[in-house]
Order: sequence, then C-alpha cells, then structure tokens
Amino acid sequence: MKTAAAILSVTDITRRIKTTLEQSFTNLTIQGEISNFKHHSSGHLYFTLKDEGAQISGVMWRSRVASLFFTPQDGMKVIARGNISVYEVRGVYQLDVQQLQPLGVGDLQVAFEKLKQKLFAEGLFAQDHKKPLPRFPRRIGLVTSPTGAAVRDMIQVIGRRYPIVELILCPVRVQGEGAAAEIAQAIDDCNEFGGIDLLIVGRGGGSLEDLWAFNEEIVARAIYRSSIPVVSAVGHEVDVTIADFVADLRAPTPSAAAELAVPKRDDLVEIVRNICYTSEQIVTDRLAAQREQIRTLIGSYSFNKPFDKVRQFAQRADELKLALGRMVGHRLALLGQQCASLEKRMDSVRPERILERGYAMVFRDHHVVPSAGELATGDAIVVRFRDGDIGATVGPDTHTN
Amino acid sequence: MKQKKVATKPDGGNFEQSLKRLEEIVEALEEGSVTLEEVLQMYQEGAQLSKQCLEQLHQAELTLKRLSKDINGKFELVDEEPRA
Repeated sequence: MKTAAAILSVTDITRRIKTTLEQSFTNLTIQGEISNFKHHSSGHLYFTLKDEGAQISGVMWRSRVASLFFTPQDGMKVIARGNISVYEVRGVYQLDVQQLQPLGVGDLQVAFEKLKQKLFAEGLFAQDHKKPLPRFPRRIGLVTSPTGAAVRDMIQVIGRRYPIVELILCPVRVQGEGAAAEIAQAIDDCNEFGGIDLLIVGRGGGSLEDLWAFNEEIVARAIYRSSIPVVSAVGHEVDVTIADFVADLRAPTPSAAAELAVPKRDDLVEIVRNICYTSEQIVTDRLAAQREQIRTLIGSYSFNKPFDKVRQFAQRADELKLALGRMVGHRLALLGQQCASLEKRMDSVRPERILERGYAMVFRDHHVVPSAGELATGDAIVVRFRDGDIGATVGPDTHTN
Repeated sequence: MKQKKVATKPDGGNFEQSLKRLEEIVEALEEGSVTLEEVLQMYQEGAQLSKQCLEQLHQAELTLKRLSKDINGKFELVDEEPRA
C-alpha cells in the first residue's frame, strides 16, 4: 500500500521551492543580454536576461540602482551578480540583481552611441539651443568633486586669471553609486538658487567607467534644461562624453574650462588702458581742431566785418562833424552880414549923424526936449552940438512965426 | 562661520557695465558728432570709469563659497577655505 502523499497547500509548496531555490542559488554571476528593460516609477528596474537558449527575469531594487554607473539598455550584454528569489504571490522565480556591469567596453560604447543618437534626435545637442557664455561672469558654479586635482586646478586657474569672480563649489560625487543623480541635482540646484551665471561641470581623467556618470541621460537632461550656461570639463582631451555634446561649451579639460570661462585680468587692464589712450587722443585732437577752427575764424573776413563797420561808422561820424561845422560857419557868416547891414542902417539914423549936419539937440534934466513950448523962461538946458554940449538958460519969449 | 550673502558681488557686474559704457564713450568720441562740451563731459566720465575699472581689477581677490541646501530645500552660501 502506498502511503498517501501529504497534501500540501500552494503556499506550502511555494515556500518550500522558495527555500530550496534561494538557499541553493546564491552569489551567482550570470552573463546575458538585457531585454524588456523597464525603469519603473518606483525606482526599481525590471528586465529579462536572455541568451540563445533561455531567459530569466531580473529585478534590481531601487536601493541598488543607485550603484549603477550606467543606464542599462535593451540589447546590452551584461554581467549580473545576485541571488535567485521567488516571488510567491505569482509563483515566479527571478534574479535579484545586486550588481550589474556591462560585459565590456564595447557594450558601454553601444550604450553611449544609442543615447547619443536618441538625444541628438531629440535636439539636445542643437546648436541653436546653446547659450553664449557671459563675458564677465560674477559667480561661477563648479559642479565637481570637492577633492581631487580637477577642482584645485580650476580654482587655481581662475584665481590667477580673473580673481574678480566668486566661485561656488557644488560638491558632488563624480563616479560610482549615484554620481549621475548628484551631478544632475547639483545643476538643478544651481539653477534654482539663481545668481550663478556660469556652471562648469566636470571631473579629472579616469577610465571610461569612471567618467560614465557624464554619459548618463539624467546629466544630459539636467545640462539641457539649465538656464545657466554650462561648460563641460570631463577627463582629458580624448574623452568625449554625452555631457560634452549637450553643454553650451565643451572644454577638453577642467583647467581648459577655467580658462574658457573667464577673461584674463591682464587683458582687461590692457583693454581699459587702450580705451583711456584712445579717448585721450580723440579729445586732444578734437581740442586742437577746435582751436585751429577758432584761429581761422578770427582771421576770417566775416569775423572782422564788425570792426570794419565800426571803422566805417567812425569815418562817417567824422564826416558829419565836418559837415556840421561847415553848416554852422555858413550860418554864422550869414547872420554876421545881416548884423552888419542892420548896423549900417542903424548908424544912418543915429542922432549924431543929424548933429553932424548942423542941427542941435536940447536936453533938460537929461531928457530930450522935442518942442519949444515945453520950455519956460529961466529953464536950465543943455544944447548938444556936433562937437559938444553947452549949458544955457531959456530967455524971455521970442516966438517966431 | 556661516555667512549668508544674497547680494551679488559688486565687482564683476559693475565692471561689465563700466567697460560697456567705456566702449560706448570711445565709439561716440570716435564718431565725432558730439559737441565739444559733450566730448569733455564724456572724457571726464570715461576717465573716472576707467580708473574705477583698473582699481577693481587690481584689488579683487578670489572668493570661494560652497552652495549648501538645508532639509527644507533652502540654499545658503557657506564660506569655503581657500585651498592651494
């Protein structure tokens, strides 16, 4: 007789499978190609790992996603490290991925090219979206690692070239776990903060994996949406990242970025001095020209005309004076003649002229006595002759008829 | 040693404006359509501006700050030690 097999519930058997599987398959390293990749809004990654013969579901929990230095994509060959886990609710087993790496540099290159093409198609590299760099930045944000040669070089170069600026460090991790997210966040923060007029985003040299954060989509998008102009400065001259394509200006190295970001103080001093010199020259020339003009004016015919006029008036005045003199003289002469003729006439009627003809005049008490009747006998009279006066007394009446 | 500094550093912006004005002045002077009185006025202004510019260029010393964000998302600029 067969003993009846124990009856198990679905939950029981699933639990036993789960225990068996999860205990047997730990610390696995599996190579495969990613397909059905989904980055869920919860932050977890879901995908399928497959090869020619089989496939297995994979999940990477959000807490571990942060350690990815790249964004997995369909078709990418990867090496996944993790354990098998069973999802009891749905009765499926899956690979709980703790670490994910591209199989080789070749695959990173593929990812790089794919993202590059995608963002290019979206217009993230468009030339007309690129913003001009400020000529004289006031505040420059450095989004980079706070330690290391890159930040030190940039501070040094800017301090030497253009110490007028204020440098704002935005310390971020530039490689490994969560670096891309930190970089993107720092770019967003700088924009939100405001008052920063230029960003340098970058790091020093390293392997392709080290630089990978700058090939991530979130960094590219953060650069693209930044209203502050961004200079990318990743690795060495030969390293070209997605960030470089999106940035408003690509600098081959952090030091070069610092040089491109600010003018040189000595150049500015030179510019200001030149302006001084030029304007001085212009003003000097202008003054000389004006002086010359004034001199010309003073010597000019029209400028001297007023004096001519004055002289002309003076001459006319002299002439008038002469004329006046002549007129007065003439008049005086005329009057003189009139006087002389009157005098003559007066002279002809003078009493003396009558006396000269043998007449005499009789005076009594100094008054002329024109009539004999006015005289009485005994009156004392004076008789005036031509040649003198004699006294006489009126005798008795000797009236003649 | 936290120092909140919202106002922008005066130098850079003023310098840009000053230099722009200086360039305008030289252009106007070169153009020559301004009166002698304006020329002298501009020259005086230019001389003063360029003096200020040169002073700014020579006096300035690099400042280093760090952008920090508190849990409420408020930003602050913190003085950073100069490094060699």
